[in-house]
Amino acid sequence: MPIVMDADRIARTLTRIAHEILERNRVLDELAFVGIRSRGFPLARRLARIIHEINGHDVPTGALDVTLYRDDLMRKSVGTQPVIQSTEIAFSIDDKHILLVDDVLYTGRTIRSALDALVEFGRPRSIQLVVLVDRGHRELPIKADYVGKNLPTSPTQSVQVYLAEIDGRDEVEIRE
Amino acid sequence: MGQRLLKGGRVVDPANGRDGAFDVLIEEGRIARVAKDLAPPPGAEVTEIPRGFVICPGFVDMHVHLREPGQEHKETVATGTAAAVAGGFTAVACMPNTSPVNDNAGVTGYILLKAAEAGLARVYPIGAVSKGQKGEQLADIAELRQAGCVAVTDDGHPVATAILMRRALEYTSMFGMPVIEHCEEQTLKGDGVAHEGFHASTLGLRGIPGEAESIMALRDISLAELTGGAVHLAHMSARQTLDAVRYGKARGVRVTCEVTPHHFVLTDEMLVAPVPYDTNTKMNPPLREAADRDAMVRGLADGSVDVIATDHAPHHYDEKQQEFDRAPFGITGLETAVSLCLDRLVHRGVLSLGRLVELLSVNPVRILGVTGGSLAEQAPADVTILAPELGVTVSAARMRSKSRNTPFDGWQLRGGVAATFVDGRVVYVNQDAGLAL
Amino acid sequence: MKKDLLEIADLSSDEIYQVLDTAEAMREIGERPIKKVPTMRGKTVVNLFYEPSTRTRTSFEIAEKRLSADTLNVAVASSSVLKGETLFDTAKNIEAMAPDVIVLRHPSSGACHMLARICRSRIINAGDGMHEHPTQALLDAFTIRQHKKRVDGLKVAIVGDLLHSRVMRSNALLLTMLGADVWVSAPPTLVPSGIDRLGVKVSTSVDEVVEGADVIMMLRIQHERMQGAFFPSLREYFNVFGMTAERVGRAKPDVIIMHPGPMNRGVEIASDVADGPYSVILEQVANGVAVRMAVLYLLAGGAEAD
Repeated sequence: MPIVMDADRIARTLTRIAHEILERNRVLDELAFVGIRSRGFPLARRLARIIHEINGHDVPTGALDVTLYRDDLMRKSVGTQPVIQSTEIAFSIDDKHILLVDDVLYTGRTIRSALDALVEFGRPRSIQLVVLVDRGHRELPIKADYVGKNLPTSPTQSVQVYLAEIDGRDEVEIRE
Repeated sequence: MGQRLLKGGRVVDPANGRDGAFDVLIEEGRIARVAKDLAPPPGAEVTEIPRGFVICPGFVDMHVHLREPGQEHKETVATGTAAAVAGGFTAVACMPNTSPVNDNAGVTGYILLKAAEAGLARVYPIGAVSKGQKGEQLADIAELRQAGCVAVTDDGHPVATAILMRRALEYTSMFGMPVIEHCEEQTLKGDGVAHEGFHASTLGLRGIPGEAESIMALRDISLAELTGGAVHLAHMSARQTLDAVRYGKARGVRVTCEVTPHHFVLTDEMLVAPVPYDTNTKMNPPLREAADRDAMVRGLADGSVDVIATDHAPHHYDEKQQEFDRAPFGITGLETAVSLCLDRLVHRGVLSLGRLVELLSVNPVRILGVTGGSLAEQAPADVTILAPELGVTVSAARMRSKSRNTPFDGWQLRGGVAATFVDGRVVYVNQDAGLAL
Repeated sequence: MKKDLLEIADLSSDEIYQVLDTAEAMREIGERPIKKVPTMRGKTVVNLFYEPSTRTRTSFEIAEKRLSADTLNVAVASSSVLKGETLFDTAKNIEAMAPDVIVLRHPSSGACHMLARICRSRIINAGDGMHEHPTQALLDAFTIRQHKKRVDGLKVAIVGDLLHSRVMRSNALLLTMLGADVWVSAPPTLVPSGIDRLGVKVSTSVDEVVEGADVIMMLRIQHERMQGAFFPSLREYFNVFGMTAERVGRAKPDVIIMHPGPMNRGVEIASDVADGPYSVILEQVANGVAVRMAVLYLLAGGAEAD
């Protein structure tokens, strides 16, 4: 299983993304991170921490579970429902510039669900998308604003991101 | 009518002390001779009886609801007697809880007329104890007797009061008729629908304790002792009732009792599985726990129980297709009884065939005071031929009864009816049994 | 998960925890400005209530609407049922409209089993006669877990008309399955036959049952029971079995008092206990919506019912 990003590479990529975010967003008070469960959330927290290390600013960070907004929920032929985790956004998203964070961008459907969900929480001023890996094969007109790594893949492959907070290690792996 | 020789079967005729290989000659509707190796008279039809088949005096089901007059959507005398002969019964005694109630000669006569038209099983009507079965005044019992009734009952209910039961026992003893009692203390039964026990509790069904039956049995046994009358306890289900019967018999009281096949085969577990809340497991008295079922089996074996009767209670499909509380009580029984008896009693070594014939023929005949129960010479040729090794799969759809309310649908049983004769006529042949008739 | 939720036995203990965990997430939706998710959009749920019930029916209705389902309330009084239509025919007629889920409350035990045999829709039992009320037991377990962080090992006392209570049956089964130590108390006239076989301890002494309890669950006493000679008077019932502050004092200091509602103040429960600091009765109601959302979500998922 080829490992395309190791822990060191991931750390440097996140640092670079954090700097890009700061470069493109002049006014920091209106920024907020919303990480998509599961792995988007720890990535969002890390980005917030890096920004704090850079300029002492605290960017509020929330977690969003999009399961209930998926477009494939009631269509599965196999019975068990996916597990829902909690959504915790402790701040108002009205008039904020939201940075939506996820680990892998693929078809774009998860992001579509996340946009639907976010809109129920309030009316942000803007939403930008941050992803660690973009593996292509979009099925919807969705584009990431900040990309850690572009990974061309074939549809038969899968990309798995491992993060210390959840999996005990930091790695990005491609599987056949 | 001619002659027919039944050759090569095993005759089980306890009334005449016979159990063995005998040939039976039927002539002009009567038993002409029963002996070993009979030569066929010239012109007689010879029926080869396959090895292992059993020839018995015709079975008599003394507890059947024929539903006519008034409830013909459930059953008629014609369909009920067709079901009876298919079940190996040459005669049935039918209950009076019809519409109108059989409390007068007119209804009795009507039933007998219908039975004669059908020309299948004999029908012995049982009349009501009280007018309209209301439990207030005695019905015209002598008139009923004259018209052809063989017993009286208010079945569906107990006889309403002790005083009325006393009078009924005294009055019927003039005619040597028994009072058949549906034993139930109605305030204890309340609006119960199932046996009071663990299963009814977990299913949330109101319960009927066994004592609801035994308390009334004790009342009636005491009154039978007081009056010298004869009481027959219908559809006994509770072990406490059997204890009461033994008590009564030990004291020389004229008490007899019957058990239905469902009460010696099934328990209240049927409420839960295979089909939870199956209304085909709802009857009164209800299916009780294993201890009661096992007590019934022991009573059948040791002679405390006198009769097996089905309490055949047909109900239309729509009526049973209701919530458990609302569905009527009762299941059919004529076409499943014999196979259940053979499979669960004879083949399990609980009873001998001779004892089974006593329970299904000799004893009911004696209690009702009718002819039958025996293959003596000149007795009417009411004969049941059994195929004790026949593999039977119960099929509600193929039954001759109008109604399908049985919990036994699909059951595989060992043993069945091969043929039934009434007055020497073949009224039923089981095409699957391999008897050339 | 099975196609229907008719009784607690339809769930394994894993599935019960799955419902409770999912209900956690569903609860959060009730705290958002827009209390809706599109999960059951386009799905039809029929609430078929043969018994009047404001609490349970509105709870289900809110749950269904929060999941964006289309709800249809069929209240018996205003329908063809009063014209003599049987449950069988009503079910067939509703089935012909192909709802995805039917929520049934009915006065006859086993009515939902009958419906499940007839209809392809998923059936949720909202209370059938004296049999079970599984979503009530699930929301009770959810409430217990909120306060106590677990269910196993807790001493739970259930007091009241056990004989006629579907809430008791569902709770006894669910709580024992999750490893709680369940004690039940009622006058002998109101104890169902053989109930100890469910794994609960039976006592006619409320004091014994409440001693050291972590949870006290009170059941409703119906006034009609006096006609059946189950107990002589409400006054006597309250004296012997009523939950008073003094009795509550025998339980653990952090005990929680529960009641499925509606309450008879002064009969099974004293007012000061019902409104007191240990009472979580109103939380039960709030939790009902989240738990029912979880059940709907878990049950209605998957394509056409097979």
